Amino acid sequence: MEKPLTKNIKSDRQPLSLEEYESTGGYQAIVKALKELSPSEITDLVKKSNLKGRGGAGFPTGLKWSFVPMGEDAPRPKYIIANADEMEPGTFKDRLLLEGDPHLLVEAMIVSGYAIRADLGYIFLRWAYKDAEKCLRKAIQEAYQAGYLGKNILGSGYSFDLKLHTSAGRYMCGEETGLLNSLEGKRANPRSKPPYPQTSGLWGKPTIVNNVETLCNIPLIVNNGPEWFKGLSLTDDGGTKIYGASGKVKRPGLWELPMGTTLGEILEHAGGMQEGLKFRGALPGGASTDFLVQDHLDVKMDFTHVQESGSRLGTGTIIVLDDKTCPVAMVQNLEHFFAQESCGWCTPCREGLPWTAKLLEAIENGQGQPGDLELLAAHTNLLGPGHTFCALAPGAMEPLQSALKYFGDDFQRHIDEKRCPWR
Amino acid sequence: MAKIFVDGKAYEVDESKNLLDACLSLGLDLPYFCWHPAMGSVGACRQCAVKQYKDEDDQHGMIVMACMTPAADGTRISIWDAEAVDFRATVIEWLMMNHPHDCPVCDEGGECHLQDMTVMTGHNYRRYRFNKRTHRNQYLGPFINHEMNRCIECYRCVRYYRELAGGRDFDVYAAHDLVYFGRHEDGVLESAFSGNLVEICPTGVFTDKTLKQHYTRKWDLETAPSICIHCGLGCNTIPGERYGMLRRIRNRYNRQVNGYFLCDRGRYGYEFVNSEYRIRYPFLKTDATTELQATTRAKALEHWADVEKTNIIGLGSPRASLEANFALRTLVGEDRFFAGISAKDARLVSTALEILKTGPARSPSLHDVELADAVFVLGEDLTNSSPMLGFALRQSVRRKPMEIAQKLKIWDWDDAAVREAIQQEKGPLFIATPADTKLDEIATGTYRGAPQDLARLGFAVAHALDANAPPVLDLSNQVRSLAEEIAKSLRDAEYPLVITGLSCRSEELLQAAANIAWALCELDKTAQLCFTSPECNSIGLGLIGTGNLQDALIALKESEPATLVILENDLYRRETGGFVDKLFNAAKHVVVLDYLENGTTQKADMVLPVATFAEGDGTLINNEGRAQRYFQVFVPAGEIRESWRWLRDMMFAEEHAEAKDWQNLDHVISALAEQLPVLSQVKEIAPSAEFRIIGQKIPRQPHRYSGRTAMQANIYVSEPKPPEDPDSALSFSMEGTSEIPPAALIPRFWQPGWNSVQSLNKFQSEVAGPLIGGDPGIRLIEPQKIAKANYFQEVPSRFQSKENKWEAFPLYHIFGSEELSVLSPGIAELTPTAYLAISSASFEALHLNENDKVAVIFDDQEIHLTLKSLPSLPEGVVGIFTGFPGIPYFDLPNWVTIRAISKSEGSE
Repeated sequence: MEKPLTKNIKSDRQPLSLEEYESTGGYQAIVKALKELSPSEITDLVKKSNLKGRGGAGFPTGLKWSFVPMGEDAPRPKYIIANADEMEPGTFKDRLLLEGDPHLLVEAMIVSGYAIRADLGYIFLRWAYKDAEKCLRKAIQEAYQAGYLGKNILGSGYSFDLKLHTSAGRYMCGEETGLLNSLEGKRANPRSKPPYPQTSGLWGKPTIVNNVETLCNIPLIVNNGPEWFKGLSLTDDGGTKIYGASGKVKRPGLWELPMGTTLGEILEHAGGMQEGLKFRGALPGGASTDFLVQDHLDVKMDFTHVQESGSRLGTGTIIVLDDKTCPVAMVQNLEHFFAQESCGWCTPCREGLPWTAKLLEAIENGQGQPGDLELLAAHTNLLGPGHTFCALAPGAMEPLQSALKYFGDDFQRHIDEKRCPWR
Repeated sequence: MAKIFVDGKAYEVDESKNLLDACLSLGLDLPYFCWHPAMGSVGACRQCAVKQYKDEDDQHGMIVMACMTPAADGTRISIWDAEAVDFRATVIEWLMMNHPHDCPVCDEGGECHLQDMTVMTGHNYRRYRFNKRTHRNQYLGPFINHEMNRCIECYRCVRYYRELAGGRDFDVYAAHDLVYFGRHEDGVLESAFSGNLVEICPTGVFTDKTLKQHYTRKWDLETAPSICIHCGLGCNTIPGERYGMLRRIRNRYNRQVNGYFLCDRGRYGYEFVNSEYRIRYPFLKTDATTELQATTRAKALEHWADVEKTNIIGLGSPRASLEANFALRTLVGEDRFFAGISAKDARLVSTALEILKTGPARSPSLHDVELADAVFVLGEDLTNSSPMLGFALRQSVRRKPMEIAQKLKIWDWDDAAVREAIQQEKGPLFIATPADTKLDEIATGTYRGAPQDLARLGFAVAHALDANAPPVLDLSNQVRSLAEEIAKSLRDAEYPLVITGLSCRSEELLQAAANIAWALCELDKTAQLCFTSPECNSIGLGLIGTGNLQDALIALKESEPATLVILENDLYRRETGGFVDKLFNAAKHVVVLDYLENGTTQKADMVLPVATFAEGDGTLINNEGRAQRYFQVFVPAGEIRESWRWLRDMMFAEEHAEAKDWQNLDHVISALAEQLPVLSQVKEIAPSAEFRIIGQKIPRQPHRYSGRTAMQANIYVSEPKPPEDPDSALSFSMEGTSEIPPAALIPRFWQPGWNSVQSLNKFQSEVAGPLIGGDPGIRLIEPQKIAKANYFQEVPSRFQSKENKWEAFPLYHIFGSEELSVLSPGIAELTPTAYLAISSASFEALHLNENDKVAVIFDDQEIHLTLKSLPSLPEGVVGIFTGFPGIPYFDLPNWVTIRAISKSEGSE
């Protein structure tokens, strides 16, 4: 089984130096891209590869790039940004790449930058990823010294600078447009779309924001071609996927597996449930996805199939709920997080999320009242897509609405018994 | 135009609008908070949700925010769809979770947009049972009260303060349901436009602190349409009164003039009307030895009848109405009526008028200024001299960069996206002034120089535009290339604008500005030329056209013994003390009509109490040449009457034929229009006193006015008859029409369901458009088409500094330089101490230090000031803060000498 994304990562997860990275064929994608391919040819390769965004939304990467204005008249400078803000609860897949193989991202950004003729790249890094920060700084410095970054890269005439920006640490910074505002030194409030960042992004200039894992696939596609990439997958969505599992499983961790591996198989990689615990459900792709339950263990974990089963692939990092953990407490914890992370811009999110969090807290503490569940259910509709300014609150409603659906009896017991049955 | 369907009904709307704007323009009610007609859409509050359908067959539809959705042709929406209705009610429920529900003790109560929208959505039952969040409030200075717990986080305040007004000391802090709007710490808000927060805020977070000192609910305020008198821009206002006290000023929308906003001087300067120094009764000095003593109207007029009247000299005023000035002119005769301003000021006004009346460049309204896409300011510190003009420039610098957003197909109303696309880009704005100005921060280029060097730059710009304009010799390369850069920006613009004014008291600046605007006209540009005007009726007095104080002195001396009648004018602010004393010495009798005690009233042997803007009606002409009517707000106590009424009665004593015909204001205006053809249109700026709507007058008191039968119960048992108003179609009562009156007569903005100022939407022909029936005011000055520009030829020579002498010119401060507003406690609190500003180099030459006391001397004039450094001043030039209380008139600009009086503490 091919593991192209993580193949270089050492067992001790010490980062590869420039020489080590080059010795595994690193930076060859730049050579190929700059010497043999035009920017639009690269975009076409990515389109053909059927690579979809690994940050959670699953938007086709090549299509995203194709909206960037190209040619002489295009506004300048153009930007490419790696979203390394990985703030989604339960998600730690990008960290593996950032710490284990930082040059892969650097190379990916140069190639992707070239594809849209970007002048400047930023890696927008989660504040807490201190080790990744060190690795990336060193990698960027080495890449500059080797002439992969800077003016006239490898004599191609293409110039590209890359900077590392460490974030201030808010969930909203991971939202594409919140990230852009944050990078500009503003509050990490989202922006309305249209206009999309591809035309009016950072500082109002054409900008591409891609997730780290998404970008890291680009050199692989350039080196090996789209057909190879598609062949990695078990389904129509191209490539491999770094899946993860957390919760009370035997071996929490990350595994690069073919896209479309089933939920059950991934949990097998995690060694199954800890002794004495039963599987009750899982959030398949981070905190802002709907619960999947026992019936869904055969669901192929790609964008299409998870969607069909009523949830989202999200980041593909699974949070497992066991039978000894209170689902109300779990959801309360999540909603508390989302309420805290609301930027405060739009009313439904700013006020509706704290209300749901407080209702859940009351229910969990045995102070639930008749009507509370109806109020929670109403909020899952009221905070739905299109009602709020960005996707934060709709995402926050996904675990809640599915918990009400699958664990409704547990919620009702809290209210009826005026206590948490798990305590 | 686009055809849209709202709840199944087809409407024609402007496709460049968003759906919220379109619906409100159609007269449909849709609640909103974060959207503001002057600020566009940001989609934050989610209150204007409607259901949008893909097509005729779409039964499901989806919720969209009307403010963020274009009114594209074929759009189908429902306001009354059940899900949309429920969602809007829920938004209010969310907003109310933390709101303190303290309406009974909230100053906003009764004119609160949040109250209105709550009622509109139908939300009334509270389901949230947890604790509310609480905030600490801040001290924000004398104008604004802060109560953050009421905040519904619509973000209007911070967008207004930072993006429209350009303030930096106000922001939004923290996140989620704890966001906080205020300063980084307690302190006076720095922006000169902070008062608009009161009207921008949809609830009671920011309220008028001066109103709080004498609080009255909107429904208890007697109001009338008025005009601000604190500078020459003529912003439209709504003053409110109760119990004979002026309580507050609110903005009165006039799209052509001030739009939605006022400056803080205009909003908070009103309290002089309530001043303890008001003159409320006639005063007489029966012989030279006695003091002025209060008397009655009859006694005063009897006294007047006895006064020797063969030689009466009248002195008009730039702060009195056209009608008052005209009445005085009628009383004394055309050749004995003089403008009560110095020869220098009179010449400046007449030069400005001549340029506008005979030249091809048009004077712009403030709205036109906002649309200018390249601007050159010559000599004016606008934030301090004509604040709202500075505010308009802050909007105009966005015109040119808007092209960036338009290229990206971003709608003009999509405010956050527009600002993101534009970033820091600003349209060309060049500012040439003697010292740094606040607007420099948005300028493309600045230039510092003595006024004559500023004029030289101006002449050079004109020459760069048109070689027929006179060249400027011995110009440095630096200035020449700046002139060329400015010329290029103006030439490339669609609506280039040149602004100058009378602040520097330099005729050369006016001429230089005229040359530039005319050169642009020669290039077939729609060039606009804006002169600031120092006072509310400087232009009106100028248009009446007459001599000045110098001429008056000559006339007085020729006709001794003479009687001097002074209209609403403190002459000690107009000329040097020595000169004014000469005037008084030459007059046998001095009659002063004014509303406040001042140096001039002290010299009178008869003082007549006259109405302020709030107590009488009249017409003022602003810097644009726009004649506008203000209306009496309330009937004052005592013997206070309009100046023209006193003067009319004085005419009786003189057996003037006109006197008996002047029964009301319309009669005065008719006579004025007849005798002064240049002012003939003044008749048409507002409906006459006979105007009625279905037989009814327009009530000054709102339909909810309370306690009328009890208000004077301590004086009368029965309710007294409301006072008559013979002068206008407005009544001093609650009774009258409930229809929307003609724009010039709108006494307040209030409509069913819309108790707050947001009801304004209902008074406009479309949102942010002209008021229904057209914005009030008529332009009296229009440009002339001419074959060839008749350029001013005299270019001043380069400024040369002199040894031991300094060229002094006037400096202004928004709070302090204007005579009346400074009497309001809040304004007085923010008025800095007047000082002499000098450059750092001059400090050394004088061997003086900061805060030393100095005497500034010119001829026989000497004033004492504290010394402060203003590093941006050119060498050899000093600035004197002008118009400040206690600082006598000083003839500026002039070459002065400076003498040290005392060293400041701590200096050697």
